[in-house]
Amino acid sequence: MAETTKSTYQGQMHLLQKEMMGRYFERVTRAAEQGDGKAVYMLISGNPVELVQAFDLVPVYPEIDALQLAVKKAALPFILKAEEIGYSMDNCAYVKADVGLFLGDRKTPFATIPLPSLILCNYVGCNVYLQWFEHLAEYCDGEIYNLDIPFLREPSGKPSKADIEYVVKQLEEVIVAMERLTGKDLDWAKLKRIVALSGETGELWAKVKSLTKHAPTPFDAYFDSVTMMAPLYCLRGTEDGLKFFQTALKEMEEKVQMGQGPLPEERFRFVIEGPPPWPYLRTFRDLFSKWGAVAVASTYSTVGGLWEFGFKHDPNRPLESIAEHMLEWNVTNRNFLQRYAQIRRYIEEWNADALIIHSVKSCRLFSAGQGDMREYFTKDLNVPTLLIESDIEDPRYFSEAQIKNRIDAFFESLEHKKIVREAHAAAGGAA
Amino acid sequence: MKIENTIADYREALEEAPLERVAQWKASHPDKKIVGCYPVYSPVELIHAAGMLPVGILGGGNRLEIAHADSRFQSFVCSIVKSTLELAMTDRIGFLDGIVFHSICDPARNLGSVYKRNFPKLMVEYIHFPQNMTSPHTVNYLTAEYRRLLESYTQLSGAKADDESLRRSIRIYNEQRRLLRELYALRAAQPQNLSTVETYVLTRTATLMPPEEHIAILTEALAALRLRDEKPKDRIRVVLEGSFCEQPPLELIEGLEAAGCYILDDDFLTGWRFFTEDIPVDGDPVRSLAESYIKRSVYSGVKHDTRERKSQHLLDRVKETGAAAVVILAAKFCEPALFDYALYRQALEKAGIPHLYLEFEEKMWIFDKSRTEVETFVESMLFD
Repeated sequence: MAETTKSTYQGQMHLLQKEMMGRYFERVTRAAEQGDGKAVYMLISGNPVELVQAFDLVPVYPEIDALQLAVKKAALPFILKAEEIGYSMDNCAYVKADVGLFLGDRKTPFATIPLPSLILCNYVGCNVYLQWFEHLAEYCDGEIYNLDIPFLREPSGKPSKADIEYVVKQLEEVIVAMERLTGKDLDWAKLKRIVALSGETGELWAKVKSLTKHAPTPFDAYFDSVTMMAPLYCLRGTEDGLKFFQTALKEMEEKVQMGQGPLPEERFRFVIEGPPPWPYLRTFRDLFSKWGAVAVASTYSTVGGLWEFGFKHDPNRPLESIAEHMLEWNVTNRNFLQRYAQIRRYIEEWNADALIIHSVKSCRLFSAGQGDMREYFTKDLNVPTLLIESDIEDPRYFSEAQIKNRIDAFFESLEHKKIVREAHAAAGGAA
Repeated sequence: MKIENTIADYREALEEAPLERVAQWKASHPDKKIVGCYPVYSPVELIHAAGMLPVGILGGGNRLEIAHADSRFQSFVCSIVKSTLELAMTDRIGFLDGIVFHSICDPARNLGSVYKRNFPKLMVEYIHFPQNMTSPHTVNYLTAEYRRLLESYTQLSGAKADDESLRRSIRIYNEQRRLLRELYALRAAQPQNLSTVETYVLTRTATLMPPEEHIAILTEALAALRLRDEKPKDRIRVVLEGSFCEQPPLELIEGLEAAGCYILDDDFLTGWRFFTEDIPVDGDPVRSLAESYIKRSVYSGVKHDTRERKSQHLLDRVKETGAAAVVILAAKFCEPALFDYALYRQALEKAGIPHLYLEFEEKMWIFDKSRTEVETFVESMLFD
């Protein structure tokens, strides 16, 4: 039985993230409380934040607000409020927490959330996005634009020419809406600079992520990646965002050189699929740490973009490039089998021992059908796979004892196999 | 045959094993190919024009045991996703050459991928319907999407589909939809003469046979139904909403009416009666089909049309039909229907329109509880 190990690492990257996100939430609060800046609501998955930045509008992400509420264990009262007015137990709890917040005074422990000047529903894979923003638009009688992103459905796994053209035309319409909102024309040179910043930021992020191929991995590609995802989404296209990833890359490269990882000993490397249980993130992490198990890759960290497989925003084709990012280069707009392929690639190239599937009830985009995914990895590929269930937002769905039992049983079995394998290797070596 | 007997026959077939009829058709037409359409809406004309038979694959009803599919889709996923997988895993839809899924919700979309992996011999198509109904460019996108689909269908059938054959298919389905609109109008005007179960059976048969055959049945049925002259009963008049994908058991629908409702309008099988008027056949028929999705389709829980607020649609429908109340009949775990309900409930309460919320599953077979709930609701309205 492995002894209990907890990761305690808090590096420069974490401090910088705290500081920068603090500044972001101050800006959001200023827009809400002093009318300093107009808010554009958007979703995380492959969004055109570059346009929002080019007009100096304030990007507001209801998903991040819901996530922060969950992490701060403040979500449940908002969820219950939404359920009181008609939302079902079976509806996505991100939406419920946000609706509960939206219909109140929009004050949270981290920021006051402004009303939207534009509800920009970037429909990138998740069908619940459409419902979510449709509801917000009804509640505040606000302007809504559905930016429709065709799902990847062709055998090539690529968007068609017609898909790209459709998205570019819509981005042009979004520009017109933002020009109307701000009373100024789009500064194309500025947009190109911002797109270039996004390109560099994405490239740095991809470099950071490739470092987890090392053993030991310098950071946990699930639990530490989420620290880096906030600046990637809220600050992409800004100098701050770029600076953050320069710092993160430098710090992680140093850790690789020193052979340092997040745990005293790396015993198992796993790939993890699905969003984390935000209300119990620390508890959840420790259940793996005690086995010396660390995530080397995660699908969740590619929700907002899949830069690690070669995408880079191109400032010379700003709108096409934003369109390609939204259509093709994020996990949520890729079909389920493309996700199988992505995970397979992680297992092979990042040299993982196992796959953990965290099935969350709220997010059916991720979860619906993960039983088939488990079937594929265990039966077809012979990869040890564990499927556990809880939720991304709703604290009522996290059963610690049950999850602990499943994780312990799984790693006990892996541990046993490892010992047998090592014994075989030693015997073979002797002979 | 009397219309009552015809309906009873089809009802029995629907309750026992609806797809048996399609299997029989395939046996007597071994050279013809069949493409199954998952809910909600599919442009069946494209399949028909390619020389194949489009049929509805609308779940497993309440006689199918789910023994395999529940290991692939979790407990919180709706029944129709699992039953549709179970149908294929237990080799009950071997007559299909292809199946098409649509961008209606996340589980249905993932189901398409699971089908693709598990049944590689089947052609699995996926249509991304546009959710931007305001951009002038949307019609170009959907036209391109339909052309891609037509190409895929003709590859499967080996037949050619020119503009003329597509126009012919559109005309046929226009006629079918026109008759279905008449059927619905008849029930809305005189619900005592035409029950919702009858309306449902006559509509659902459209999903199981060539449209020409269904048109003949429907024409005969309409003629007979127009002769009926029943006295209205003391029932409340309602609009029913929420069952646009998974289908409730017929006994449940029957129970709703028997408990004291006249259903003036509903969204059962809404994808098979998707247009408010004929699709024009002049000009480019592919474009016309695409344009009609944007300009002439009914509202639906899975179409997010920002040109109007969704809850306003429901309030308008209540007003137009003269209904006194709304019944929301939502499939368990159906995220689109459950979300819509939150909006509807607030709007209905604000407008002072009474409503009853019921959840169902296709596989349910005990109806006492729902029936009691409806009776209580009806009594509260009749004796208030």
